[in-house]
Amino acid sequence: MDTKTLKKETNKTQITERISGSEAIIKCLLAEGVDVLYGYPGGAIMPVYDELYKYQDKIHHVLTRHEQGATHSAQGYARISGKVGVAIATSGPGATNLITGIADAQIDSTPMVCITGQVASHLLGSDAFQETDIVGISTPVTKWNCQITKASEIPEVMAKAFYIAKSGRPGPVLIDITKDAQFEEFDFKYKKCKGVRSYNAIPKLNHNEVEAAAKLINEAKKPMIVWGQGVSLGQAETEFKAVVEKAGIPSAWTILGAGAIPTSHPLNIGMVGMHGNYAPNVLTNECDLLIAIGMRFDDRVTGNLSTYAKQAKVIHFEIDPAEIDKNVKTDVAVLGDAKESLAALLPLLDEKSYPEWHQNFKDLYAIEYEKVIKNDIHPTKEGLTMGEVLKEINSQTKGDAAIVTDVGQHQMIACRYANFNKTRSNITSGGLGTMGFGLPAAIGAKMAAPNREVISISGDGGYQMTIQELGTIFQQKVPVKIVVLNNEFLGMVRQWQQLFFDKRYASTEMTNPDFVAIAKGYFIEAEKVTKREDLKEAVAKMINTDGPYFLEVCVEKEDNVFPMIPTGASVSDVRLE
Amino acid sequence: MEAEKNIYTVSVYTENNIGLLNRISAIFQRRHINIESINSSVSEIEGVSKFTIVVIVTEDQMKKIIGQIEKQVEVIKAYFHTDEGTIYQESCIFKMKSDLLFEERQIQNIIKESNARIVTVNRDFFVIEKSGRKEEIELIYRELSAFGIMQFTRSGRIAVTKDEMKISTMLEAFQA
Repeated sequence: MDTKTLKKETNKTQITERISGSEAIIKCLLAEGVDVLYGYPGGAIMPVYDELYKYQDKIHHVLTRHEQGATHSAQGYARISGKVGVAIATSGPGATNLITGIADAQIDSTPMVCITGQVASHLLGSDAFQETDIVGISTPVTKWNCQITKASEIPEVMAKAFYIAKSGRPGPVLIDITKDAQFEEFDFKYKKCKGVRSYNAIPKLNHNEVEAAAKLINEAKKPMIVWGQGVSLGQAETEFKAVVEKAGIPSAWTILGAGAIPTSHPLNIGMVGMHGNYAPNVLTNECDLLIAIGMRFDDRVTGNLSTYAKQAKVIHFEIDPAEIDKNVKTDVAVLGDAKESLAALLPLLDEKSYPEWHQNFKDLYAIEYEKVIKNDIHPTKEGLTMGEVLKEINSQTKGDAAIVTDVGQHQMIACRYANFNKTRSNITSGGLGTMGFGLPAAIGAKMAAPNREVISISGDGGYQMTIQELGTIFQQKVPVKIVVLNNEFLGMVRQWQQLFFDKRYASTEMTNPDFVAIAKGYFIEAEKVTKREDLKEAVAKMINTDGPYFLEVCVEKEDNVFPMIPTGASVSDVRLE
Repeated sequence: MEAEKNIYTVSVYTENNIGLLNRISAIFQRRHINIESINSSVSEIEGVSKFTIVVIVTEDQMKKIIGQIEKQVEVIKAYFHTDEGTIYQESCIFKMKSDLLFEERQIQNIIKESNARIVTVNRDFFVIEKSGRKEEIELIYRELSAFGIMQFTRSGRIAVTKDEMKISTMLEAFQA
């Protein structure tokens, strides 16, 4: 008996070792399963980089060409894998350069941990060289942030950072560590964080709500599902598909939801929102039950809220209580993790189908095909369209590629015309609309999923915002395929200028450099296509190249993306031309 | 049609962390809402801090803001109350010239009638303290200002609710 107790206690006592704060940071990262991090060194983070040098066989540091690129790479890594992406930077400008990526990760619920160096604690507040209040600056755009001034705080704070970034509705966490804390030695031991008393990651599922939801679903005559990223974030793809198929409900997606069930699935009725498909937008205002799953009723999805689905009852499956009734009032709110909620819902559903109701979607699709899609993907005019490029890439990759887009016209076209066979295949900046996201995000995505084809598709505008990351691709030999759809305009802004500002093209015309020469300057194979007859072969060459590859496609200069819901209009007033 | 705005008292139970005040006030700032008063103190539970914030917003805004506050990792629980749901007080102190205390009889009457008290008197100045509702404090301020106030400070509202707060139960549930 005595020996037994003794043994138990010995097990409890973890072995501690005396190490520096900076080594502790590396050990924490390793304990959290981090194998790659993206960053840029500098004065206040040098002790950590010194440890990274020693640990380079265990943890791979990717030197990006700008700290913003580090965050987007970490985001791409997280979005394709579901793991926490890690970015690291020095104090001052290094830290402030992370902010765009952090804000992007916050609004798109991407798990990310950012580590910044900070001036020594005795210098805090003294306007020291490269001192900036990064905790203050990042507060509104982080899920959590914290400054460490003592090495002994490192293990607990790092464990908490990873737990918070990943759990519940994921998000970015920033940890700022003073240089003296990096140097200081202490007795290190690591314990993973399993909970924070003030933070309820996943609300407890209320079965009465699930039953109420099932009742509404079973009674509905014209139900419609709109799903978002919550399905893939909750790894609920299987449960979701089962629910959709059993209940036989036509289902539409937000851009971050794309691929949770394949584009080709018979009940997948397309994308909702400003440039979404005609049918789901129009019929949002005709359904009698709107079932929102893991989405947040963004204004780009809903258009004018006062005319959004007013005729319908609304069920909201959601992990974040703050989203309930935030934009759209719900009749039944099911709080919880999508996987658990949908699994609980499934047995309560009647097996049904809605052939007549579903036919409405098909009829409206036929109209959209005739007016928009046909001209986008099988154009008869001379100039190349973005749509046909997308279709070509998509058919040659058989819909299995991960498409990483930037922001603008090409992004909407990619979401509209790519077939996503697999979940986590549409990696894009949704909520923040960050131009420059695509190229660095593709680096992270490819590194996290080396066996997947990863294709970065950008416009000529956004591409130039983070074009320097070609250097990272070159140095790291990341075999991403880079496509730039060049229309020599900031296309989406130009489209708005055409439609709403009487064609006053204020600062949207781009005089571009020789993109092929730039890619070649980084020793990346490159080609430029200007004619339709060359497209197929060029895409084939790109896909069959082992290493990174750059393909510029010159497309029609003044094409517009339709359908379109103008700002302030109702979803059912979606324009086809 | 603009919804009606009300005075709400927000109680936020939190971990005691650096930067949390910034995080909470940013929620109001982002929505262009002015904070009428804010007070931070310990609460009835050891190790748990409490913010008492007064804002004038619509009920719908209030509910959404509470959601956003509770979403913050280090916030344990946030509540909002109307004036009817709370017992609340503010406190204020006046610094005035000592001569006045002897020359102006009226000041002593004001102190008595308003249930204020003298905290300290020295050769140069004396200090009056008054706790009460905002209107009472405004009244004594108006009355004393006629004699010249050297310094004046009013605290933020502090409040307790008529209903029970279930924070302890919540925290116990976590420990279990």
